[in-house]
Amino acid sequence: MQRDPKRFWNPYLGGVALGLVLLTAFLLMGKGLGASGATFRTGVWAVNAVAPAHAANVPAMSAITEEGHPLDDWLVFEVVGVVIGGLIGALTSGRFSREVLRGPTFSKGGRIALAIAGGVLMGFAAKLTRGCTSGQALSGGAVLSVGSWAFMFSVFAGGYAAAWFNRRQWR
Amino acid sequence: MMLFPIESLSDERRALGLAVAVAIGVAFGFVLERSGFGSSKKLVGQFYGTDMTVLKVMFTAIVTAMFGMVILSAVGVFDLASAQFNYPTYLWPMVFGGLLLGVGFVTSGWCPGTSLVGAASGKLDGLATIGGVVVGGVLYAELEPALGSFPNSGKLGTFTLPQLLHLPPIVVALLVLAMAVGAFKLATRIQTALTTQAPTEAPVSTGA
Repeated sequence: MQRDPKRFWNPYLGGVALGLVLLTAFLLMGKGLGASGATFRTGVWAVNAVAPAHAANVPAMSAITEEGHPLDDWLVFEVVGVVIGGLIGALTSGRFSREVLRGPTFSKGGRIALAIAGGVLMGFAAKLTRGCTSGQALSGGAVLSVGSWAFMFSVFAGGYAAAWFNRRQWR
Repeated sequence: MMLFPIESLSDERRALGLAVAVAIGVAFGFVLERSGFGSSKKLVGQFYGTDMTVLKVMFTAIVTAMFGMVILSAVGVFDLASAQFNYPTYLWPMVFGGLLLGVGFVTSGWCPGTSLVGAASGKLDGLATIGGVVVGGVLYAELEPALGSFPNSGKLGTFTLPQLLHLPPIVVALLVLAMAVGAFKLATRIQTALTTQAPTEAPVSTGA
């Protein structure tokens, strides 16, 4: 494979490949892909390790800790795979590089601060929506769930609505 | 008895199921990286009309998996209803939360899944976003009791587009395909218009 960092798969071929991965997950496990669920479990695991009495008092956390180890879940294993697969992809394409992606005029510190802030917003939102772009839009969308489709259009609407306010980060 | 899903993978052969999880994750992460989703700059291009990769990859993936499941369900091999049962609709939190998530997407430059791929590619803003998503989830858990009944509002249970439209799944699948093709054409037109008007803006990186 020729290493050209600027060279990506054709988006439609990439989409078919992603769709086949998603289909495989559904055929084998009866559920699709996900990400934020595993991230949340990591948070629950951390809180439970530091303050188990507190975690037991928070319903959304105790629902997980009562079932066993917070990280003993299909989605956590899948996400470990995602990191491995992403790393393999980045190394073999020549796109692995330690950097902060941002527009030419925006500061590194500001970019990291907004990356964290946007992450907090998404972590909160993904609990409210019972899944993120992977677990809800992609997976629920493929099984034609009405809520998943409503969610997906909302994500695009929210992104376009906030794009103007974020333009300085990227340009 | 349906062939798929293979229920033993979630039950007595759970260890094998977890190995399958890692393997599926590796494929998921690799495909996302190859599609360009290891870059926040490329991802947010979607929201500035300069790079429509997110829309194209996502809708093509949905259409592909959807047709696979609808057809395999029609021939009696796959239990689609049991898969749909895992995706119940709670309309209001999903609509409101979707808006929040979209704002978080363009602010952070990532969605929760792609931030993992970004971090794996060495992108420190991806790593920062993962940290934020962890904190945001914990924050939600802490605040959830104060949200009252809102997280369960608009509860429609397992409610699908074929039920909403009173059409057979295969017809809905064809409508989704038609919508996707329309969206692709529109997206390509917008991207062409925006990138030729302002050639100095965000680089358009199409592979082939």
